[in-house]
Amino acid sequence: MDDANTDVIQGTLDMLILKTLSLEPMHGFGIARRIEQTSRGVFKVNPGSLLTALQRLERGGWLDAEWRETENSRRARFYRLTRAGRRRLDEETADWTRRVSAVTRLLRSEG
Amino acid sequence: MGVFRQFARGLRALFRGSAADADIADEAQQYVDEAIAAHVARGLTREAAVRAARLELGGAAAIAEEVRGYGWEHLVSTPWSDLRFAARRLRSEPGFTAVSVITLALGIGATTAIFSAVDPILFASLPYPRPDRIVAIAEIMRDGFRNGGTFAIYREFAERVRAFDAVAVYKPWQPTITGAAEPERLEGQRVSAAFFHVLGVAPIVGRDLQPADDRAAGPNVAIISDALWRRRFNADPAVVGRPITLDDTSFTVVGVMSAAFENVLAPRAELWAPLQYDMSQGRAWGHHLRTIARLQPGADVKAAMADVNSLGRAFTAGHPAEYGRTDFMVSTLHDDVTRGVKPALLVILGAVALVLVIACVNVTNLLLARGVQRRAEFALRAALGASRGRLIRQLLTESLLVAALGGAAGMGVAAVGVRALVALSPPSLPRAGAIAVDATVFAFGFVVTTAIALAFGAIPALQASKSDPHRDLQHGWRRGSGGHYRTRRALVVAEVALALVLLVGSGLLLRSLERLFAVDAGFDPSGLLTMQVQINGHRFDDYRASYRFFERALDAVRGVPGVTAVALTSQLPMSGDRDEYGAHFEATPAREALTYNVFRYAVSPGYLEAMRVPLRQGRLFDDHDRAGAPLVAIVSESLARRRFGNGSAIGARFRIGPTDGPPYTIVGVVGDVKQVSLALEAADAVYIPASADGATIRSGPWRFADTTMSLVVRAGGDATALAPAIRQAVWSVDKDQPIVRVAALDALVAASAAERRFALVLFEAFALAALLLAAAGIYGVLAGSVAERTREIGVRSALGASRSDILALVVGQGMKLTGAGIAIGLVCAIGASGAVAAMLFGISRLDPITYAGVIGLLTLVAVVACSVPAWRAVRVDPATTLRAE
Repeated sequence: MDDANTDVIQGTLDMLILKTLSLEPMHGFGIARRIEQTSRGVFKVNPGSLLTALQRLERGGWLDAEWRETENSRRARFYRLTRAGRRRLDEETADWTRRVSAVTRLLRSEG
Repeated sequence: MGVFRQFARGLRALFRGSAADADIADEAQQYVDEAIAAHVARGLTREAAVRAARLELGGAAAIAEEVRGYGWEHLVSTPWSDLRFAARRLRSEPGFTAVSVITLALGIGATTAIFSAVDPILFASLPYPRPDRIVAIAEIMRDGFRNGGTFAIYREFAERVRAFDAVAVYKPWQPTITGAAEPERLEGQRVSAAFFHVLGVAPIVGRDLQPADDRAAGPNVAIISDALWRRRFNADPAVVGRPITLDDTSFTVVGVMSAAFENVLAPRAELWAPLQYDMSQGRAWGHHLRTIARLQPGADVKAAMADVNSLGRAFTAGHPAEYGRTDFMVSTLHDDVTRGVKPALLVILGAVALVLVIACVNVTNLLLARGVQRRAEFALRAALGASRGRLIRQLLTESLLVAALGGAAGMGVAAVGVRALVALSPPSLPRAGAIAVDATVFAFGFVVTTAIALAFGAIPALQASKSDPHRDLQHGWRRGSGGHYRTRRALVVAEVALALVLLVGSGLLLRSLERLFAVDAGFDPSGLLTMQVQINGHRFDDYRASYRFFERALDAVRGVPGVTAVALTSQLPMSGDRDEYGAHFEATPAREALTYNVFRYAVSPGYLEAMRVPLRQGRLFDDHDRAGAPLVAIVSESLARRRFGNGSAIGARFRIGPTDGPPYTIVGVVGDVKQVSLALEAADAVYIPASADGATIRSGPWRFADTTMSLVVRAGGDATALAPAIRQAVWSVDKDQPIVRVAALDALVAASAAERRFALVLFEAFALAALLLAAAGIYGVLAGSVAERTREIGVRSALGASRSDILALVVGQGMKLTGAGIAIGLVCAIGASGAVAAMLFGISRLDPITYAGVIGLLTLVAVVACSVPAWRAVRVDPATTLRAE
């Protein structure tokens, strides 16, 4: 089980970030830990990809970012969902659900 | 919003790169710190937490690097940093950079300049509608000389050749314009009515010439050029219909040509008047007209030529007294205009192509050499994790930068080159006005060299990624790969061979020019000053007035201090004058009647003495040969021999020009004079006293138009210094007579070889460039090879090889390459020498002295190129090299 695949499913990283941030503003490491914990260790996020994705989402206008103190008084970059980001999350969730149920139906009919 | 953010953040990252970088680095660092803190919170020691975080995440720097790769600005900033890196590399290797940029600049620049000059002349069509239908008709004499046409035969062709839509004749005309502004001598043409129609152009203001204008004693009308219209008439459209004064005669301006009209027949002509040929005066037989025609749609040049020849032969057979046996040549106007310069231009084009090839070879060689030297560097970079793509991109950037620098310098070379070409060009070069830097050719040269730079520039990167970095790191900088050395040696051999071809070409031209200037012109041009005096105005309509003017002008010039001899002639050798007439000898018991084509010189007594033309037999003219005295003539040796063989010409009689003119008696024979150029043999000439001609005018209708005479002046020292005083002396007689073409006769003789000299100058420049490039190639290969064989050389000298052994080793290697290049080059040069054969004079294209000299020169240069690396090899210290092992 050690070498089980912990990569985030291709194309879902953005959605996972948006979902995580829909609860509260967070910094990069916080997002990674939250994804790891919530997925019970199934997904491990690569920091380079995560920070790049944050950069991309911020530039796309779905996130806002600001430097703030953390609870343990370190300076960190906090990301917050914008209104456009919330809409994007809704769209991506709907799309994902639709596709997952389709895949599930297919697998079931095969089995 | 999103797009705006993308753009704004990208710009910020680009222009405030350090702040954006710091943000990313901070964020990455904070991420790692949080991870460490999390591990510590789980109970690990701080040290263990740092280790764990590092294993999990990699370093903060690596994360930051990955994030930096995102964003459109990245596409800009990476090439930018590649470029800065490339610029640093090139700065650190000034030798390589300079040699490659200069090589490229020469290759691209020279090719562009030459092609820019040659293209409008040889390849572009003439600037007229359907230029392929415009033809020129020339008469080919027995000796191959192309003679001008006569008015009589022009009329025959105009009326009878079906293939022609229209035929026109023209001749040069140099009227003096007077009026409100200063008097000015203009270049113009006398043309038959269809002249502009044949060219397919028409005035943009006013009207074309009509057949009604072009008859004897027709109306004096003129068409002027745009330039003249602007210069003298302020571009006033009302000039049409206005009178202007030319040579004291009133002409009415009837039209203005467009500024776009380019006259390839007489580039400097600014006005045109109808020819108005007077057939009644029996002058229809002078060969002083040029003939052009426009073909009917569907007619071709060959058919026209056949027509012209059958009609022409029948016509000349009907006029045996006026015409010798003549063939007619019909060629497209384009061929006719470029005929004189075509061989030279094609040869020059070939030479510059060789230079471009050598430049390409040299660049290839340089890049290969550099690739070998940089193997270790690239192996190191590959080992440190640079991707193959990144290495290739880096090298391509370097190559592109070199190509761009070379291209920019090449553009400069091309611009200067084109200007120099126009300045150097022989006066006979047609369409010189159309020469400008050709962007297409520049692009071609640039693309070719850049492609080569890119292709060969990438080799080290490809090798570095292919080969084993470990081995390359250990050995890369010591041992080159044998395969590459073979390629580079082959390239050097090619360079030497190409350089040899160019050197042979330029050597042959140089020797030809030497031979040419060694030719005896038949007169002594040194120290002679000449100027052309033209009389104009109705006061000279009486021949006695013009005779009086020239007589008094001679006296006035004779009075200028320092002048030792002065005379007048109707045509001057080497000046572009070409005044030929038929000399008709009557039948004698021994010989049949025959007409010879001769140069006719109407001269004042003392001309032959002033020119130092040697007397072979009989006497020269003296003051008794004046108006009213018996008509006498002097003939050239060649004519005397042609007519009389070994017999004496003295006392024989002939007529010149019209067959029913008065006979002249030969009183002397003089040496042959080169009239047209040093290279042309034609030398049959007759000299008659200028005043004697005047005497015939009174009674006969044969008025020779000697209104333009050349003054030749010999002084104690350099006569050129006396030019202003001489001019003043002429003007003291009559201040209204224009004086033109003031020149030392020396200079005219030199100018008569202008085309050869032009080709020679270019060839020498190209050959020099080729020689330098080849030397650089030999040097580069040997220097590289010595550097790589340092160890071997050290071992050899440790084992007892003497300095001279090592010297012989290196020089021998260089000489082997040179020898192979020379051998191949000789074969090529012998093959290619056919191309310059047309421009050679007095030597064979296999001239052994030239070949030997070129081989000697190349060998010498090669030895010099070998000597530096050889010297370096000799100084290799065996102890140092062996210790380094």
